[in-house]
Amino acid sequence: MTLVEVRRNPVGIRPRAVVVGVTAVVATVVVSVFSLGTGDFPIAPADVVATLFGAGNPAHEFIINELRLPRLIVAILVGAALAAGGAVFQSLVRNPLGSPDMLGVTNGASTAALVVVILGGSDLQLSVAAIAGGMAATLLIQLIAGRALHGFRFILVGVGMAAILTGISGYLLTRGQQMENARALLWLTGSLDGRSWTQAVPLLVVLGAVLPFLVLACGPGLRILEMGDDAASALGVPVSLLRNGALLAAALLVSFGAAAAGPVAFVALIAPHLAKRLTRAPGPNLLPSIAVGALLLSGADFIAQHALDDRALPVGVVTGLVGGAYLVWLLTTERRAGRI
Amino acid sequence: MTRLSGTGMTLAYDKRVIAEDLSVEIPDGSFTVIIGPNACGKSTLLRALSRLLKPTTGTVLLDGRDVHSQPTRTVAKTLGLLPQSSTAPDGITVAELVARGRYPHQSILRRWSAEDERVVEESMESTGVADLADRNVDELSGGQRQRVWLAMALAQQTPLLLLDEPTTYLDIAHQIEVLDLCAELHERQGRTLVAVLHDLNHAARYATHLIAMRSGRVARSGQPGDVLTAELVEEVFGLPCRVIDDPETGTPLVVPAARRRTGDLSTNARI
Repeated sequence: MTLVEVRRNPVGIRPRAVVVGVTAVVATVVVSVFSLGTGDFPIAPADVVATLFGAGNPAHEFIINELRLPRLIVAILVGAALAAGGAVFQSLVRNPLGSPDMLGVTNGASTAALVVVILGGSDLQLSVAAIAGGMAATLLIQLIAGRALHGFRFILVGVGMAAILTGISGYLLTRGQQMENARALLWLTGSLDGRSWTQAVPLLVVLGAVLPFLVLACGPGLRILEMGDDAASALGVPVSLLRNGALLAAALLVSFGAAAAGPVAFVALIAPHLAKRLTRAPGPNLLPSIAVGALLLSGADFIAQHALDDRALPVGVVTGLVGGAYLVWLLTTERRAGRI
Repeated sequence: MTRLSGTGMTLAYDKRVIAEDLSVEIPDGSFTVIIGPNACGKSTLLRALSRLLKPTTGTVLLDGRDVHSQPTRTVAKTLGLLPQSSTAPDGITVAELVARGRYPHQSILRRWSAEDERVVEESMESTGVADLADRNVDELSGGQRQRVWLAMALAQQTPLLLLDEPTTYLDIAHQIEVLDLCAELHERQGRTLVAVLHDLNHAARYATHLIAMRSGRVARSGQPGDVLTAELVEEVFGLPCRVIDDPETGTPLVVPAARRRTGDLSTNARI
């Protein structure tokens, strides 16, 4: 009897998790087709698919491959990157609120990007600064929190770091001129306007390298680490090596995501949370989180582009509204269920 | 030379020194129990033996080599530990938790085998949790949960298994249940067990080798009948007592002395 049950359920890969992941991927594809077909020049879904497979007419090819596809790809990749980063952070600090936007990593990227904006730097410089800022903030938190990289100490140091960086950002904004501040505010909200292959390609390369590392090399260890440091060490998990490696990889994803689209609100917090709630599985749920993150951001950007008739919204406005509402709803239901 | 031993160890958390020049040997094939008052360093000793705490000086030898010079995954195939506090991740089932004990035997290339499955099933059978395989760990009682954690440690298939206060938070019936299970594993599977226990009578009844500690050093070690005397309990715990024969097993049974008379109490009250 148990033989069958164990075989069905070997190392935590549950049928339900597979269903959630596959559903999210399929939904992302559907959203993508509609997203690519919608705009000032509407294209029928069948033509969108034909064009993607290289059988479209030249006009469709230009609109889709050059104008709409890069933006969509950036949305999907940034969503995936933020979600994976968020899942790793939440798993490492063993707290569902321990996302990189709460713990200073995203703030590091924002502050560094603001400096570039105030100095009138180029978009490329801004992206590089955002990556450097996110990584620098992470290293600093790691250094201050020391060996107690899990739990409250890390959260407290991270929240402190976020507060300091928010203060610095506020100061920078008071020093900026009107033009610069408008650019800064748009970037800080998170926007995918005008994103092209220039942003998509580096993201693709980084995700291609970091995601397999996280999923294959860190995933099994992260699952074990959720049982506590002692239990994980006893099972032969190289705890500090794994924790530092996974943290840096996650910070890299979040920083590249922020560099490409700005610090888009709530995706890193909500996507892993939603994935866990849907799969009901223990562990960081990396693959389902990634799929949910891609769906969230591509869906949010579709809404942002077409919700208002006259002008498009920055995607960060939509994720902020939807994410905030989700969080409030979650807290209310959890409270009613007596869990918090 | 036994498989697991520590020599000349200084054990410290940051600057707080718990033990100095501490040496212990765990006899092969024994059920060793470490006893001692609170804060005597018994859990710290267990952490050092299980390589969770690196001694500032001295070494822990596992199969003749410094445990810290061996890859942690290799050690995890020989030496298991059931820590005092572990968290069962939300929503994990019994079978999944027990399966995690196979972690050191797996790698990126070798993820799950028929062998893993057989071992997990056997571990659940021998701890009596096979019927619970599909249940969520959070739904179980304290005693059941402790048996599940034991099953996980067993699935690790280590010849040496260290248990840090495996009976804490359990009621008396579940304490005996867990200890009976440990004794059975020791006898039937020939594993070397090392446990930290608080209850002296449990220690005396189940141990084949007893280590009594006091303020970071070994006060006495050996057969329970030789170690657990009224003098030792007085010396180590500061508790006046009588030691009689356990009517069930003939092992030492510690009976604390009766409450002192009122006259004595008033002298105490003045202090």
